Amino acid sequence: MAVSEPATAEETARTRAAEYLLRRHYFRWPEVLPWLIAVACFFVFPDRMTFGSQVLIMIMFALSLDLILGYAGIITLGHAAFFGLGAYTVALASLKLGWSEPISGVLAAGVVAGLIGIVAGWFILRYRGLTLLMLTIAFGAMLQEAGNIRSDVTGGYDGMPGLTFDPVLGHFQYDLYGHTSYWYALAVLAVVFFFVRRIVYSPFGQALTGIRENVRRMHSIGSPVHRRLVTVYAISAAIAGMAGALFTQTNAYVTLTVFDFDASAKVMVMLILGGTGRLYGAFVGAAVYMIFEDKLSKLSPTFWQFGIGLLLVLAVLFARRGLLGVAETAWRKIVKRSAP
Amino acid sequence: MPHWVTIAVSILFDGLAYAMFLFITSVGLSVTMGLMGFVNLAHGAFAMAGGYIVVSLTRSLGIDFVPSLLISAVIVAVASVPFERGLYRRLYKSTDLEQVLLTIGLAFMAIAAFTYFYGPIPKSVPLPHWLEGDVNLGFRSFPTYRAFLILIGAILITILWYAFERTNIGAKIRAAVDNRRMAESVGINVDRLFTLTFALGSGLAALGGGFAIQLFGLTPYFAVLYLVLFLIVVAVGGLGSLKGTLLAALVIGIIDTGGKYMFPQAGNFFIYAITVIVLLIKPAGFYGRE
Amino acid sequence: MIAALEVKGLNRSFGGLHVARDVGLTLEKGARHALIGPNGAGKTTLVNLITGVLKPSSGQVMLNGDDITGWSQADRARRGLARTFQINQLFRGLTVLENLCMTIGERDGNCNNMWRSAGAKRAVIDEALDHLQALRLIDDALKLVRELPYGRQRLVEIAMALAQRPRVLLLDEPAAGVPSSETHLILDVIAGLDPDIAVLIIEHDMDVVFRFAREITVLVQGAVFTMGTPEEIRHNEKVREVYLGQEQHHD
Repeated sequence: MAVSEPATAEETARTRAAEYLLRRHYFRWPEVLPWLIAVACFFVFPDRMTFGSQVLIMIMFALSLDLILGYAGIITLGHAAFFGLGAYTVALASLKLGWSEPISGVLAAGVVAGLIGIVAGWFILRYRGLTLLMLTIAFGAMLQEAGNIRSDVTGGYDGMPGLTFDPVLGHFQYDLYGHTSYWYALAVLAVVFFFVRRIVYSPFGQALTGIRENVRRMHSIGSPVHRRLVTVYAISAAIAGMAGALFTQTNAYVTLTVFDFDASAKVMVMLILGGTGRLYGAFVGAAVYMIFEDKLSKLSPTFWQFGIGLLLVLAVLFARRGLLGVAETAWRKIVKRSAP
Repeated sequence: MPHWVTIAVSILFDGLAYAMFLFITSVGLSVTMGLMGFVNLAHGAFAMAGGYIVVSLTRSLGIDFVPSLLISAVIVAVASVPFERGLYRRLYKSTDLEQVLLTIGLAFMAIAAFTYFYGPIPKSVPLPHWLEGDVNLGFRSFPTYRAFLILIGAILITILWYAFERTNIGAKIRAAVDNRRMAESVGINVDRLFTLTFALGSGLAALGGGFAIQLFGLTPYFAVLYLVLFLIVVAVGGLGSLKGTLLAALVIGIIDTGGKYMFPQAGNFFIYAITVIVLLIKPAGFYGRE
Repeated sequence: MIAALEVKGLNRSFGGLHVARDVGLTLEKGARHALIGPNGAGKTTLVNLITGVLKPSSGQVMLNGDDITGWSQADRARRGLARTFQINQLFRGLTVLENLCMTIGERDGNCNNMWRSAGAKRAVIDEALDHLQALRLIDDALKLVRELPYGRQRLVEIAMALAQRPRVLLLDEPAAGVPSSETHLILDVIAGLDPDIAVLIIEHDMDVVFRFAREITVLVQGAVFTMGTPEEIRHNEKVREVYLGQEQHHD
C-alpha cells in the first residue's frame, strides 16, 4: 500500500463519519461551567449554603427524571415515590438500626429505591399514555398513604425530626452553616453525573433515544424494549432515592410530604424549564426554579403560582425545548450572524 | 334492624352520593379525552370555578342555590368555548406531555387567580330550607342534600344515556369516539362536535363543583386535589364511555366511603389500590377501547 | 429442505372484519416472492402477522423450521426476520449513521453496553459504513434523517433492514412514495440483494413484480386467491378480472 496514495472521496467521507461518532462523547469546554459555578457559589454566597445543598439535591432529582423522561420518553407524575423511598430508608436506618454512616446510607437508599423500581417498572412499563400516567400517580400516592397508615413508624406528616448522622468520611462534621452538606451533596452529584453521562452516551443510551423516537422500529430491529425501559427506570429510581437520602441527611428531618404529587409535578416543571434530553437541562431548570421560588414565593405565593402556571403555558406554546433550547437557538443565530 | 345493616345502608347511601358527584364531574372529561385524545388537566379548575360562581351568585346576588347551580353551569360551559377554540385546538396534534404541561399550567393560573379573588379559606353556600335536614324514605331518614344529589345524578344519567344512545348527535359522538377518521370521512364535523361536548362536559363539571361545596368545602386547591380523583374515574372507567364512567364512579365512590368508614387512617389508599389493580388487568379501563 | 419462511392457515379478525382467511405461504431459501392484490386485500396485515405486530387467531408461522407463532417481534427479528414499513419508520432526529449503528447494535448486543461510548466499537461503525457505501448513502452519513429527501430516506429504511443480516426479508411497497426519478435506485438495490436471502415483496407496480419475482401470490379480501409463476399469473384470466385491471405501468 503506497503511503502517498490520495484518499478517494468515499474514504474521506467514511473517515469523517467515523470520527464524528468516535468523538461524540468527548467533554466539551462549556460542560465545565456548571461545576465552576457550583464551586464559586460557595465563596460568593457562603451564608446561603443550606439552600445551596437543596438546589444540588433537586438537580440530582431532576437529572434522574431526565433519564426516563428526556431520554426514554416515559411520562411519570409519581417519581417522588422513589425520592421518598430513599429519604425514608436513610431515616429509618438511622432511627431503628442505628445506622448513621452517611455514604453507605446513600448507597443503601439507592439500592432500595432501585430494587423497588425494577419491580414497579416491570409491571407498569407495559403500558403507555394515560394508563401509565395514572399508574405512576397511584403508585406514589399509595406509598404516601401506606406511610400514613403506619405513622407510628414513619412519623406521618409531622415527620421524624432529630435524626442524626455521622460525619462524612468520619471526618467532616455537619455545621450550622451547611458548608459540609454543600460539598457532600456536590461530591455525590458529581459522581452520579459521571455515571449518568456515560450511560447516556453509551449504545444503551442510544437505544433509549431510539425507543423514544420510534418504538415501532425498535421492536422490529430486535430491541428488547421492555427490558431496556425497566433497566433505565430502575437506574433512575436509584438516583432519585439517593437524592432523597441526601435530603434527609442534610435536613436531619423527613416527613411524608416528600411523597407529594406536588413534588413529582414540581420536578417535572424544573426539568421542562431547563430542557429535557440534555442532562444539563436539569442543572439549569432546577437552579432557576429554586432560586426564583425562594425569592418570589416569599413575596406572594399566589403570584408565584400564577407565574409558574403562565410560564408552563408559554413554554409549551413557544419554547418547547426549555431554557437550554432557547439558549442553543440564540447561540446558533449569533454564530451565524458573525460568520463571514 | 341489625347494626351492620344500618352501617351498610349508610355506606351505600353516602357512597352513592359521592359516586354521583364523581360521575357528574368526570363524565365530561371522559368523553372529551375519548373523543379527541386530549389530556385536559385543567378540568378540575372548571369544577372549582363553577363552585365559586355559585358562591358569588348565592352570597353576593342573593340567588337561590338550585338556580345558581344551573346558571353557573351555563356560564362555565359558555366560557369554556374560547379556551377550546383559542388554546386547546392548537395542541390536538401535540404530544401527551405538552398537553399535560399546558393544562397543568392553566390549572395553576386558575388556582392562583381564584385565591387572589376569593382567598384561601374554605367557602360555604347558604342552602334553601328544603335541602337542609333529613328526608324520611319510609324505613330510614337520610340527609336531604345527598338524596337530592342522588336524584339529580339519576336524572342526568337518564338524560345523558338517552342523548347518547337515541339521538342523532349522540350517535355521531359515539362514532367519532370509536374511529375519528372514519367519522370525518362520512361527513361528521368532528371539530364542532368536540366544541359541543367540551362545553357540555365543562358545564357538568361546574355543576359537580357547585354540589361539592357542601360535601367537601371549597378552596382553590379543589382544582388539583380532586383532579387526581377525576382522572382515576376516567382511566378506570375507560375513555369515552358513559357506562364506564358510571361504573367506575360507583365502584370508587362506594369502596372509598366504606374504606374511610372502616379504616379511617387509610385515607385514599383504597382508591389508589383499586386503580392499580383495575389498570393492570384492564389497561384501557372497564369499557375502554384497547 | 426446511423452508426459510412458512405460513400455515393464518386467520385474523377485527371485530366483524375477517382480514386474514386461512392464509398459507412458503418461501424457500433465496426466494423471490411477490405478494400482490387489490387495495385492502390484507397484504400489510399479513406482513404484520408474520412479523408479530399482530397475533393471529389461529394458524402457524415457521421461520427456518422454528415455530415462531407466539414469539415477540424482537425475538423474531433476532432470528433473522427483517421488514421495511410501507411508510418510513426511521429515527428522524438522528443521523443516518446512527440509525444504522443502532440497528447493528441491537443485533449483536452492543446496545446492552452502558459503559463504553457509542462510538467505541469500531466494528459496528465500519459495518454501518459498509452498508451505507453499498447503497451509495455514504455522503448522507452525517445528515439527520429528516433532512433527506423521501427517496433517500426509503433507501435508509432498506439499509436498516439489510443491516439486520436477515435470512428472510419482507419489503412492504419499497418504492411507495418515491419520486419516479429515483425509483431506479430502489430497484437496483432489490435486484442486487444477496441471493441467499428469502425475499417477499409487496408491490403494485406490475413491471417491478414481473421483473423481480420468481413466484407470485395473489391476495384478495384476506384470502389467497391463487399462486404461481409470473407466466401463470400473467395468463390467468381470473386474476386479470380481479386485479390486473387496476395495474399501473411505468411507461
